[in-house]
Amino acid sequence: MAEADPDITDSALGQYQKRKSVFPKAVDGTFRRLKWAIMVVTLTIYYVTPWLRWDRGPYAPDQAVLVDLAHRRFFMFDIEIWPHEFYFVAGLLVMAGIGLFLVTSAVGRAWCGYACPQTVWTDLFQHIERAVDGDRNAAIRLQNAPWGPAKIARRLLKWSIWLAVSMGTGGAWIFYFADAPTLMHDFLHGTAAPVAYMTVFVLTMTTFIFGGFMREQVCIYMCPWPRIQTAMMDEKSLLVTYRHWRGEPRGSLKQAQAKPGAIGDCIDCNQCVAVCPTGIDIREGPQIGCITCALCIDACDTVMAQVGRPRGLIDYVTFEDASKEQEGQPTTPILKTLFRPRTLAYFAIWGGIGLALLFALGNRTRLDISAQHDRNPLFVRMSDGSVRNAYTVKLRNMESRPRTVRVTMEGAPQARMWLGETGSREAAARSFEANLAPDAVTKLRLFVVSPAGDGGRQEFALVVQANDDAAPSDKHELVLERGGE
Amino acid sequence: MADNKRIDHPTGTETVGHEWDGIEELNTPLPRWWLWTFYATVVFAIGYCVVYPTIPTANGAPGGKLNWSSRDELEKTLVARQTELKPIHAALAATDIAALPGKPELMSQAIAGGAAAFKVHCVQCHGSGAVGSKGYPNLNDDDWLWGGDLATLEKTIADGIRQPEHKATRFSQMPAFGRDGILQPAQVDDVTSYVRVLAKQERPSTSSARGGSLYSANCAVCHGPDGTGMRSQGAPNLTDGIWLYGGDRDTIRQTITNSRYGVMPAWNLHLDTVTIRMLAAYVHSLGGGEAAPAPTPAPADATAAAAPAEAANGGG
Repeated sequence: MAEADPDITDSALGQYQKRKSVFPKAVDGTFRRLKWAIMVVTLTIYYVTPWLRWDRGPYAPDQAVLVDLAHRRFFMFDIEIWPHEFYFVAGLLVMAGIGLFLVTSAVGRAWCGYACPQTVWTDLFQHIERAVDGDRNAAIRLQNAPWGPAKIARRLLKWSIWLAVSMGTGGAWIFYFADAPTLMHDFLHGTAAPVAYMTVFVLTMTTFIFGGFMREQVCIYMCPWPRIQTAMMDEKSLLVTYRHWRGEPRGSLKQAQAKPGAIGDCIDCNQCVAVCPTGIDIREGPQIGCITCALCIDACDTVMAQVGRPRGLIDYVTFEDASKEQEGQPTTPILKTLFRPRTLAYFAIWGGIGLALLFALGNRTRLDISAQHDRNPLFVRMSDGSVRNAYTVKLRNMESRPRTVRVTMEGAPQARMWLGETGSREAAARSFEANLAPDAVTKLRLFVVSPAGDGGRQEFALVVQANDDAAPSDKHELVLERGGE
Repeated sequence: MADNKRIDHPTGTETVGHEWDGIEELNTPLPRWWLWTFYATVVFAIGYCVVYPTIPTANGAPGGKLNWSSRDELEKTLVARQTELKPIHAALAATDIAALPGKPELMSQAIAGGAAAFKVHCVQCHGSGAVGSKGYPNLNDDDWLWGGDLATLEKTIADGIRQPEHKATRFSQMPAFGRDGILQPAQVDDVTSYVRVLAKQERPSTSSARGGSLYSANCAVCHGPDGTGMRSQGAPNLTDGIWLYGGDRDTIRQTITNSRYGVMPAWNLHLDTVTIRMLAAYVHSLGGGEAAPAPTPAPADATAAAAPAEAANGGG
């Protein structure tokens, strides 16, 4: 295929190239069914998730998955993430990145072909298109037909359905960021926040335009991912490949009967081109437009079965196997291709990060203390010669219930402390109790005083312990400044 | 060079005809929609220039059909914030400052407001951390010239220190013992020794013994027989380790010789009641705030009031 005919692309290349409409033909087969399954699963997850409820008691929202930007909380079933725990999200993103490496090195552009939202919604829009306009030939006829009442009606119908789907898509997005039933009610009554309407509008329009009109243009011109993927693939990555050594020279069934042996398996029926959602001809070899959705494999397999030839003229084949096959050597078993050092290494990294995240999740404390020493002034000398330091203490109660905690000093044995808001120097002690609101940060001003003649700079720690459970307590190391004495 | 255009076989695309060390460039056409997107951005930019002030002139960037300006935006934000704070200010105006500790939420709002006002009006003398400097009291400690409870602080801030034209101001004046010839330089030296003994900075000596009787005759009326000071006169406690102007011999000698006369503006001429109340709450919260007014001994002789070293609003 290296000797591609220059005529296969636009020979009269101008400065700008008009998009050629693609009307993919309906097809059935293994991969089409896989695509259906993935589409149903991904769309269900997307639309249904915000509506799942999850009981967290009276002090926390009951939405299973909620990104509460206003209160800076992220809820996901039993897990609640605070802003300072954002590294869990960062870890998930790293896992997603490495997961893409893994998938790409093993099965090529499978993400593009099956799971990418652009692919899933384009696929959905193309199904709608076929339902309204008819299959490929009817759609092309309608496209070429002059504008008239029938065509306008069909177009309006198609665009309306697209727009409805788009609105559903944009609408579903906002439910992840607020209580879904409440927001739905407010949204329909026109009392939701302006940002909700703007988000829905923008996502509706992008879905409508990208899914209905831009389609493969997004993949080819706008998306950086296909270009990056090239760097992750090697000669052992699965690729949708036309076995040209088996198919060429192509010729019709009649030609093949006329000249047995001289004509390859490809009967040039063009079914692979007809079903391609990005409008390419896979027989030209690997190309940027191919999202490896494998619909051409289904189409070709169907035809091969009809003409009584073995399946797999177009198939998932690695580069390495392609050259081995051409030279008549035995190919590598699929399992050996999938489980090779590179994919195993990616998997190990991916799994390692996942395990580390799970471990961190299991070990995180839900009660946290941090304190900041006042810098201006660092210390204050009192009338009686004692020295006072001040701190801003933050107690994070990350559980959805109110708790009473005790904060105790460790070290600096002569020092005593009291709370600026409620305590007094007369009542200074080595520990204090604080009532913490549920799922909130309690900020306290703490004074620590140590008597005259207590020496120089001292180190001490504040230890917090919930009164109602024996969960590991948290500790914050601090310094007591005394100046030169 | 540009004549060497050829069709690149693997891609089927024409090259631009240039070649650099064997590297050629494909003349891949841009998608048509990209061009339309570009035109759309141009249209947007023109529209933007029409509705927003964009073109800079000598008089700023006037115009814009929406009459938008960042100053208006700031104004709106400020007004919105003020409206938000109105109920808090009303509550503060209606609450006697001595009753504030009973309303923790209002108290914390007052402290926050006071902290902001402090940064505007007070830091020039008292410093951003309210630690003061020579002649300007540290407001963090527990040494107060005029008293450290909420009501006293509020009065001190409102009426100021030594503002003769302001009737209610806090006023006292330490005589310039040396300069006015009340004490001879040697006597000043002796009193200095005695004061340093009071502050436990020196051992008793013959000088301090002489100074002791001079102190009783001249200083005790305001600073008290034991040197612990008198708040009604703003006379500082001489026995603690805290000095407003300094505790070394030279400084004390200078203080006794020339006296000190610290001042603070009467803030009720400049600020509203609520701001002063918030400032008092903030200063009180810094750590040295006192619970209730200390018992006030009747001043022996107000006209002879003498407050040496320290002066200013409240802290020592």
